[in-house]
Amino acid sequence: MAEKMATRQAYGKALVEIGKENPNLVVMDADLSKSTMTAEFKKVFPERFLNMGIAEQNLYASACGIALSGKVVCASTFAMFAAGRAFEIIRNSIGYTRANVKICATHAGITVGEDGASHQTFEDMALMRTIPGMVVVNPCDGVSTMALMKQVVEHNGPCYVRLGRAAVPVFYEEGADIRLGKGNWLRRGDRAVIVATGIMVSEAMTAAEELSAKGIEVGVIDMHTIKPIDEDILIEAAQTGAIVTAEEHSVIGGLGGAVAEVLCQKKPVKMAMVGQKDTFGESGKPDELKAKYGMTAADIVKAVEGLL
Amino acid sequence: MYKEFEKIASQIRVDIVKQVHSAGSGHPGGSLSAADIVTALYFKEMNIDPEKPDMKGRDKFVLSKGHAAPVQYAALAEKGYFPVEELLTLRKLGSHLQGHPNRDKVPGIEMSTGSLGQGFAVCVGMALANKMDNDPGRVYTLLGDGELQEGLIWEAAMASAHYKLDNLCVIVDWNGLQIDGKNDDVMTVKPIDEKFRSFGFNVLVIDGHSFEEIFDAFDKARACKGKPTAIIAKTHKGQGVSFMTDEAGWHGKAPDDEQTKQAVLELGGVL
Repeated sequence: MAEKMATRQAYGKALVEIGKENPNLVVMDADLSKSTMTAEFKKVFPERFLNMGIAEQNLYASACGIALSGKVVCASTFAMFAAGRAFEIIRNSIGYTRANVKICATHAGITVGEDGASHQTFEDMALMRTIPGMVVVNPCDGVSTMALMKQVVEHNGPCYVRLGRAAVPVFYEEGADIRLGKGNWLRRGDRAVIVATGIMVSEAMTAAEELSAKGIEVGVIDMHTIKPIDEDILIEAAQTGAIVTAEEHSVIGGLGGAVAEVLCQKKPVKMAMVGQKDTFGESGKPDELKAKYGMTAADIVKAVEGLL
Repeated sequence: MYKEFEKIASQIRVDIVKQVHSAGSGHPGGSLSAADIVTALYFKEMNIDPEKPDMKGRDKFVLSKGHAAPVQYAALAEKGYFPVEELLTLRKLGSHLQGHPNRDKVPGIEMSTGSLGQGFAVCVGMALANKMDNDPGRVYTLLGDGELQEGLIWEAAMASAHYKLDNLCVIVDWNGLQIDGKNDDVMTVKPIDEKFRSFGFNVLVIDGHSFEEIFDAFDKARACKGKPTAIIAKTHKGQGVSFMTDEAGWHGKAPDDEQTKQAVLELGGVL
């Protein structure tokens, strides 16, 4: 677990790898290619890279046109401007036509850090999840980002991939079994299960260790695919009688909402949600912000203990 | 010389009036203003085949002003993409003919539109893809003048010129009216020609009801290399139906039985 890598960096590497095998892949950006890491693809395949300037609406509408012409497009900008500013274009042009566009959005959540609230989106997964047919993915580390990006590009239809700015620990071994639409057990425990996504998977594992030291064994699931969500693994996890969700996203409408939608109908269980409360963020260092806004291992521990 | 096209356009106008009457709602005004342009595209300008709607290398048309769906449906039906009888199912439950075009339901519809500004921007992508693939197909899109108020239009315009999309032809149906009244009163869009010119377009201002001028403009657009073309077509909302002509009130309203009868007779159609 020594190695650290931002999921956006793994994304940049994945694009180049996929681009070598798939001549049909086109990558687009809106003047953030050095931050979203699509610049990596541009270096190798300049003829298949398009910069659309600071115009996110046109980025996604034109990505739709390219996809409807038979290509697969990965179009990137910051999550705030992809899911936020371009929402209605993504809904009406990409979603409605099921265009083969992958909305690969970086700099999601509080760990954007110093840029502050205008750039910290906690709404993106909730927004994207409501679009019919949209697949929503939030990988937790570099290895799973690589594995999931390959599957996202193979999947025929629109996908939203949520990627982070900050470097995060690498969990998975190369070649680990990571499948789109399938949650992964990272740890087993009989008292409760933490269902985590994105960078909160790392916090969940730390929380599980702390709880274990206190004699409380909890499971951890990496729910990298928020939609379609893995109902079977959730129902299995609910056997413990307590579920805590953890996400770097609003507790309104994201992973917590998705898990609750399944469990309240299929296997009602006590639940707690760790994530951004109904509030905007602010400038600061990622770790400071995670602590201030309640998205750390300690917050997860508290939530688990509250349920037991 | 253009009698043949005028006849088709009149039939398309009859189809528009009948569709909207049958639906009990819809947008006759902006469909009628665009009837000549759409006729010119489907019946002469575009390389298309109703038998092979997915033909490789075909030209594509996207109705960015998607509320004018009746004019596109009429043209597609008259061209043979689907039976003319289906036109009267417009906007009815289970019909292929949605209130705004849906590419999954109707052969020949290249893009689902309705939310203004997006059709044009999607065409930028289609034209870019054709350039990447050396596909000879041209891409046409029809915009409303009110639609030019959408910010996305100008993002798309900037990209069209930046990427030198000479395979893209934008046509503005400049009838001067939108839902709340005159463009000039709601939100000035003039000067349309200078705006597109300053964005880097080859700009042609024409009479959008003159086939001679429409065909001439398409010829010039095709001949123009290195930049996209914008054809600013001066039109009349409700063209062809006396009581609808230049009336903003007919933007989104269905004619009643009596009005439909009068409109069809004026257009030389059969009830």
